[in-house]
Amino acid sequence: MQDKFVKNAIGRLVPTEVNGRLQIPYMGVGKYHPEGNKYAPPIVSCSDFPADGNKLVATLKDALIKAGLRDGMAISTHHHFRNGDLVGNQIFEIAAELGIKNLTWVPSASFECHAPLVKYLEDGTIHHIEGSMNGSLGRFTSTKGMKGLGILRSHGGRYQSIQDGEVVIDIAVIAAPTADFFGNATGDRGPAACGLLGFALADSQYANKVIVVTDNLVPFPCFPWQIQGNYVDYVVKVDKVGIPEKIVSGTTEVTKSPDRLLLAEWTAQFCNEAGIIKDGFSFQAGAGGTALSIGIYFADILRDKGMKARFARGGSNKYLVQMLEEGLTDFILDGQTFDLEGVRSMRENWNHVNTSPFTSYNYHGKGNFASMLDVVILGATEVDTSFNANVVTHSDGMLLHGIGGWQNCIFSKCTILPVPLFRDRIPIIKDDVTTICGPGELIDVIVTERGIAINPLRTDLIEAMKNSKLPVKTIQQLKKEAEDICGVPDKAKFTDEPVAVVKWVDGTVIDTVWKLA
Amino acid sequence: MTTIGIVGNKGKGVKSDCFITFEITEKGGIEIILESKVKVMYGDSIIKLANEILKFFNIENAKLSIEDSGALPFVIAARIEAAIKLVVKSEKEFLTLLLEQNNYQTARDKFRFSRLYLPGNTPNLMINAGIHKPDGIILDLEDAVAFDKKYEARFVVRNALRSVDFYRAERMVRINQVPEGLNDLDFIVPHNVNLILVPKCESAEQIHKVNAKIEEIKKKRNISGDIWLMPIVESSLGVIKAYEIATSANNVVAMAIGLEDYTADLGTKRTNEATESFYARCQVVNACRAAGIQPIDSVFSDIADLEGLKQNVIKSKGLGFDGMGCIHPRQIKVILENFAPDKNEIEKAKKIVNAFFEATEKGLSVVSLGTKMIDPPVVKRAQRTIDISIKMGILNSNWREEQNAG
Repeated sequence: MQDKFVKNAIGRLVPTEVNGRLQIPYMGVGKYHPEGNKYAPPIVSCSDFPADGNKLVATLKDALIKAGLRDGMAISTHHHFRNGDLVGNQIFEIAAELGIKNLTWVPSASFECHAPLVKYLEDGTIHHIEGSMNGSLGRFTSTKGMKGLGILRSHGGRYQSIQDGEVVIDIAVIAAPTADFFGNATGDRGPAACGLLGFALADSQYANKVIVVTDNLVPFPCFPWQIQGNYVDYVVKVDKVGIPEKIVSGTTEVTKSPDRLLLAEWTAQFCNEAGIIKDGFSFQAGAGGTALSIGIYFADILRDKGMKARFARGGSNKYLVQMLEEGLTDFILDGQTFDLEGVRSMRENWNHVNTSPFTSYNYHGKGNFASMLDVVILGATEVDTSFNANVVTHSDGMLLHGIGGWQNCIFSKCTILPVPLFRDRIPIIKDDVTTICGPGELIDVIVTERGIAINPLRTDLIEAMKNSKLPVKTIQQLKKEAEDICGVPDKAKFTDEPVAVVKWVDGTVIDTVWKLA
Repeated sequence: MTTIGIVGNKGKGVKSDCFITFEITEKGGIEIILESKVKVMYGDSIIKLANEILKFFNIENAKLSIEDSGALPFVIAARIEAAIKLVVKSEKEFLTLLLEQNNYQTARDKFRFSRLYLPGNTPNLMINAGIHKPDGIILDLEDAVAFDKKYEARFVVRNALRSVDFYRAERMVRINQVPEGLNDLDFIVPHNVNLILVPKCESAEQIHKVNAKIEEIKKKRNISGDIWLMPIVESSLGVIKAYEIATSANNVVAMAIGLEDYTADLGTKRTNEATESFYARCQVVNACRAAGIQPIDSVFSDIADLEGLKQNVIKSKGLGFDGMGCIHPRQIKVILENFAPDKNEIEKAKKIVNAFFEATEKGLSVVSLGTKMIDPPVVKRAQRTIDISIKMGILNSNWREEQNAG
């Protein structure tokens, strides 16, 4: 077994083969140069499709059978409906009923609503997951392990892997809030409106068969469309594709936690003092309560200075929409909408732009938006003293989260992680993180409630903050402060059995997730 | 004495705390059962700490169950000790490390704009309290602790005084009403408390009792250093006796008013306009000024209404108060900003202080500004305004050089 592992460029032991496919170990940022051509799906002919454009099929089961569902296939779904998804589980219920085995599930992300799929991991209907293993699925992976190795990818890495043919999608099932019988589909309208369908773009372009499932069938044309019907094989009308209140929240609220507000305030103040906030700058803050508050502080600073941002990257929410409508940013380049205001704005406002992992994150493209950002605000479960960070496992070794767009976003000009120095006694800063998801050279600043650490590589930022009243400290000082309060934590105990690998944005393997002892 | 000691908190929403069940057994040695969300990282160290405490109290046969939700060592130690002492009588104390950085005394006239109340039995709220930079933190043993939790809270407060870094905030404890509150003093006086709040104070005698007990403890434990007192008047009688209380002892450095109890005592309701407490507030301010101590206003209890708080602070400052209690860290900034001197005040203070410096430099004994002579107390007040402004970051410490350069 051991001879099949190799130490990669960041010092982590990774398998040289995953689920029968040879792997390239992580080589460093920008070091791996791919060769050859992109993957291409088979050529099809209009003669095999109804000339009247009507691709309706009675049920999802019929569509899956027509699409040729059989053992060993890769089936993809998307997380536009987040924890309110009603379609993902049905696919595998149907597969199990048909006695089909060894499927690969390729979701763009999984949520707790997919916990019922654990039984299909146990009975062999699903061989392994490529995408993310959140909550219960992660717990199952860490403690028992799937039949195959799980593969964790970022949103951009997912696009890259499908484009490059690292994963070949046999059947893509795109759940859509609104669609027509031809397969044109959109996320900005309908009872399950979720904003956009960008995560399904790669699947629509590269999957062998594409099924659109909707509960809001409109007469052709569904316009404007986000998914083009010309990629679509079958359309299925169902009663309900998602639970609206679990898809987008009616209202997103900023955090009331004083500790998180302090992180947000310091982060915004840091950006201001370091000269990052200036006329025409760009930023991305996530969906968490802290990130929302940072957006509000940014807006205050811009208003005070009479400046505006050129663009903000979503996930959008009502606060970002307010900034757009108040003229504090020219554009929102949105990847997903987190609340109903975001959905409305995307539908109504030309400057609220629907983007995809192709435009924003794909590393094997001719540039992407993420690296153009002046500043991005992200989270992490752990950071080490070289600023390498973890977002998928916890310090007890349990796999609980996906990567999302995190790996892609750290390519921004300044990546800031506002994180509490410890959470319920568990320090964030370690000598070694449990799992490396991103190399420290791309992570610039850690903001904690007890001080701010700037990556020593960023001498420009250190210089800019020299006279700041903000508590700038070294990362070693912060680590010590946490350990003085919490004690030095013991490390998680693992077996030597891998249960998943973490892919870097270029498809190389950056780390391994090990089964818990 | 009972045979089972149960202390602490558990359940949904409980963080950084633990729940202890301690039972003395006849034989079989020590049995420790640990359930913890941080077991992988800290399981061994929690068991080690538990064994150390059991050994310290000479427990040989017992069953100890720890249900932990990420409690820090000072909390685990406080909980286990309290549980043991419910069953086993002991004069010994298992003291956690007194942090070197907690060894400070505070000045009699330090700023006390904001002081943050922290419930004495909720350690989760204590851990990060200091990072919000209140002038003081109050570990509350009185109204914020349920009656049946008063005993165990004392251990948490004692250990917090020793082992939690409040980042130079003045470390205050609100004891229970005298005479019960006198029993709290053993848990705080030897552990470097800076100031003690004496609630529901109605006479100088109560203050004398507190001081007598403090002296007794200091003598017994051979402790020196000042411990300041801040009586809280919360009744009509207390208000009437305000001056008597304010002048009751040398270590009384401030006096607060508690309006919830006061308005109840009056038989009226507390309103945002606060006309019902106008007399009482004025009385407290007058008594404090006459006694040369700081008058401190009551807390504003609607934590969501920061605008209401702001108006309240402006009114409070106008009446002559020097500070106010907070019950949520979000209130600290609003209180500081609005107790802070405004632009006009700072400009005026700068002129006066400048005139004073110029007079001193010229060797003049009388300070004057234009045609007006300035009395020493006016200079002192102006200097205080300047000091506050510098401390709060609204005025540069080198403002005179800047002014002269400009």
